[in-house]
Amino acid sequence: MKKFFSKAYVAFIFLFLYAPIVVLVVFSFNNSKSRSVWHGFTFKWYAELFQDEAIIEAFGTTMLVATLAAIIATLLGTMAAIGFVNMKKAPRKFYMQVNNIPMLNPEIVTGVSLMLLFVNIGRFLGGLELSFATLLLAHITFNVPYVILNVMPKLKQMDNHLFEAALDLGCKPIQAFFKVVLHEILPGIISGFIMAFTLSFDDFVISYFTSGPKSQTLSLIIYAMTRKRISPKINALSTIMFITVFVLLLVVNLRQNKDKTTIRKRGKMIG
Amino acid sequence: MNKKTKNRKKYLSAIYILWMLLFTILPLCLVVYFSLTSKDGNFSFENLKNIGEYTPVFLSSIKLSAISTIICLLLGYPFAYIISKVKASKQVIFMIFIMLPMWINFLLRTYAWMTLLENNGIINKFFSLFGIGPFHMINTQGAVVLGMVYNFLPYMIIPIFNVITKIDKSVVEAAQDLGANNVHVMGRIIIPLSMPGIVSGITMVFVPAVSTFIISTMLGGGSNMMIGDLIELQFLGGSYDPNLGSALSLVLMVLILISMGIMNEFDDGEGDSMVL
Repeated sequence: MKKFFSKAYVAFIFLFLYAPIVVLVVFSFNNSKSRSVWHGFTFKWYAELFQDEAIIEAFGTTMLVATLAAIIATLLGTMAAIGFVNMKKAPRKFYMQVNNIPMLNPEIVTGVSLMLLFVNIGRFLGGLELSFATLLLAHITFNVPYVILNVMPKLKQMDNHLFEAALDLGCKPIQAFFKVVLHEILPGIISGFIMAFTLSFDDFVISYFTSGPKSQTLSLIIYAMTRKRISPKINALSTIMFITVFVLLLVVNLRQNKDKTTIRKRGKMIG
Repeated sequence: MNKKTKNRKKYLSAIYILWMLLFTILPLCLVVYFSLTSKDGNFSFENLKNIGEYTPVFLSSIKLSAISTIICLLLGYPFAYIISKVKASKQVIFMIFIMLPMWINFLLRTYAWMTLLENNGIINKFFSLFGIGPFHMINTQGAVVLGMVYNFLPYMIIPIFNVITKIDKSVVEAAQDLGANNVHVMGRIIIPLSMPGIVSGITMVFVPAVSTFIISTMLGGGSNMMIGDLIELQFLGGSYDPNLGSALSLVLMVLILISMGIMNEFDDGEGDSMVL
């Protein structure tokens, strides 16, 4: 009986979380622009999606800004994390507090404050308008804290003697970094990069305040559409993206599970 | 470690320190500057005084987001607890399915709720099969709360789940050996020990909820304006007034700092309840 309630409850939560997604996916196959009446099955929105230049361009902008922002933020964040770890406690604490500001501040405040900065610097220096460049700067700014959040624990876990051993064995500090330290903290760097990419890709609020009219991301054109009527083409696009992410996550997890079982098997063989 | 290399490594963070100065500190200083100046650039408290007019908006934002946070906690805690009881290999799958919806743009998911909640929407059509309704659901405060609970529920579940799975099982067993029944175990062991997760869950839901815009516009119609909508109006909307907008942002920041301070009081200060 208790088990039944648990199962029913879990099912209820998932129904709640997935109901709108099911609606979204189902109506991407609807042979009409209606969002609530079914007019028969069609693939036409998928075909039209690839013809729609505005959507394709926005998708390109989104990919570009997310990729660039994630790469730059990962470099900047990893360097910063290494620097912070090697500082004395007091300055490190201080800089980490400042680093946390964009994560704790409401997104809208971050967006608005960056907009004020860009607009006023523009007025001051002339020439700087809200554009792809400002969008990218904003995205890097909110990404770096998450990279540091992921890299910092790995650096703290790392045995410092490894680096010294590499130096003793004749490595230059830079070699020692690439051969030893990087290897140790790589999982943190990768998860930081993925997190940064995801946050950028999905961001709406900060982009809304910091991008120019010529650098529209997917979120921004979707927002423009919600004021009128969302084209089923967007449903089609999100269905494709949803399935891609789902498959990726599934593959990654199956592989991880497989790795775990092989390790366990090997462990048994050795034991 | 060699002191020289350690000293030199410090400078790796120099670029980012400059970056923070330029893109984190300076913008916030601008918010403060604009909120303390009038349109012609003179120092004034006018904007902060004018905020008094918007007290109802602040109060209703706080009310709606507090309700949403409580509902998220009530829905999310049992869920996290149940999932923490299943096999570890299954747990991963459940958590993936919790995070998966976040991969669909939140505007689209919220828009899909519009489709569901409309007067001639899917839910009302379903009810009409049984001859009940139609219920008026869209453009109400309830719809706004539903949208917020929907969008932020995973932020409540994930930290609570992470903390519950780390509770030492022998503590629970010890309590049971000493005669505690299930209610006691829950009330005196599990819930107190999951407090750090609850605290970060509440913060992670309340902060985005109280500052949201869009969700309130899309599901609440025009009549349920929140602080976020009000700020947006001052910068990109019809009533362009960055000075007032900055003052509103400043008050919002202070409000959130205060609520985080209050929440931290409930934490035992073990320090690992970081916001993520």
